[in-house]
Amino acid sequence: MALRIGVMSLQGAVEPHIKALTECGARAERVRTPEETERLDGLILPGGESTTMGILMSRFGLMEAVQKRAAEGMPVYGACAGMILMAKQIVDSEQPRLELMDIRVRRNAYGRQVDSFEAPIEMPSLGGEPFPGVFIRAPFIESAEPHVRRLAELDGRPVLVQEGNLLASSFHPELTADRRIHRYFLQMSDNESGA
Amino acid sequence: MAEKSTWETKVGLAEMLKEGVIMDVVNEDQATIAEKAGAVAVMALERVPADIRRDGGVARMSDPARVKRIMAAVTIPVMAKCRIGHFVEAQILQSLGVDFIDESEVLTPADEAHHIDKREFDAPFVCGCRDLGEALRRIGEGAAMIRTKGEAGTGNVVEAVRHLRAVTGGLRKLQGMRTDELMAEAKQMGAPFELVAQSAETGKLPVPNFSAGGVATPADAALMRQLGAEAVFVGSGIFKSKDPETRAHKIVEAVAFYEDPEKLAEISEGLGEPMKGMDVRSMPQEERLAVRGW
Repeated sequence: MALRIGVMSLQGAVEPHIKALTECGARAERVRTPEETERLDGLILPGGESTTMGILMSRFGLMEAVQKRAAEGMPVYGACAGMILMAKQIVDSEQPRLELMDIRVRRNAYGRQVDSFEAPIEMPSLGGEPFPGVFIRAPFIESAEPHVRRLAELDGRPVLVQEGNLLASSFHPELTADRRIHRYFLQMSDNESGA
Repeated sequence: MAEKSTWETKVGLAEMLKEGVIMDVVNEDQATIAEKAGAVAVMALERVPADIRRDGGVARMSDPARVKRIMAAVTIPVMAKCRIGHFVEAQILQSLGVDFIDESEVLTPADEAHHIDKREFDAPFVCGCRDLGEALRRIGEGAAMIRTKGEAGTGNVVEAVRHLRAVTGGLRKLQGMRTDELMAEAKQMGAPFELVAQSAETGKLPVPNFSAGGVATPADAALMRQLGAEAVFVGSGIFKSKDPETRAHKIVEAVAFYEDPEKLAEISEGLGEPMKGMDVRSMPQEERLAVRGW
């Protein structure tokens, strides 16, 4: 049976994640209500504006729903804005968040849009070629608790991290044709659904 | 190793703004209200389109000091408008670090024959269009996002609907064509062949397609989404209404739940007076903003 993976669809780059998941053989579903999180094998929080998503998630009961499912072990992957929402600490911000991961992130840390960039990222844990990293007004992880695994770094900073069933990246794998990170997340979801 | 301001990062930012609301603001206070309401970006303006329309005269790029104050007030992306063809205004906005430049018909055009060569810039551009040919011409010049023009500052959604239907209808027509018919169609539309062929194959514009010009209510915003707009610009509709803060919140919610009539009913309840609005049919041709640019 195909894994059911939700993509939080209140705002942001939803389509590219759905396309990536579908290409990897998963059943991708748009999620907009707490009920829709219940039967998922995994959930992706896409890139977009973290303030917008946080406001809408709080307003429509999705913070509690996702926190509950994550505590039950459902894998959650946040890309860029999604990573900001998953962080326990956000530098200089009181914005609503899920507070799932022991990381401290800084928003727009690489600068404004004219500083957005592409760079190859060494990813020994996923093997093979460097990953094509697309960073758009990207956040970075200023610090992470020791139990947070650093799966990839750029210029000495972690840009892909995992903490148990939680995965987060500063960059946007959904905007490239490389599906290794989506496959890795599906593997996490598969292990969890089989457990 | 890192490469800045690539085409992927430009279109990528447009992707991130999808399914969101971009709001016109004229100062820091309005920008903060917009951000707190859940706007994905703000457009920093000297005056909102309804006031530009009322005041007449030549409308130009905003004072850089105003743009900078707005940029300092919020963490979401800040856009700003330059006049059509005024590449120096665009250079100035880029040097300020504006996240998206709108080469906009809402300002008085500086060049009636030529739009800006947008490929030369590091900052991404958004441009208006009334139909598919115009959209593809702007993409050919390097626009990383398209918005249908509508008729800004009227609070009347009729032109926005007309322009969006022209784009989506144009795409459906292309999809139904044989490949040997596409060159004649490209000639007819006055659009680059490669972009015509690409759109025929995918049934979509090569860059994100947003909607602008005349959205005044949550239902208007949801209408544009259901007609195929991937995000919505709201100009005068918010800060020319009686209760901008509430209206801003509600339009954001309507864009997220655009397919859910029950939620939309809840969202639309007790919003107070929207901006008054104008009948576009009674408007003389020379007062129409959408006909600026080609």
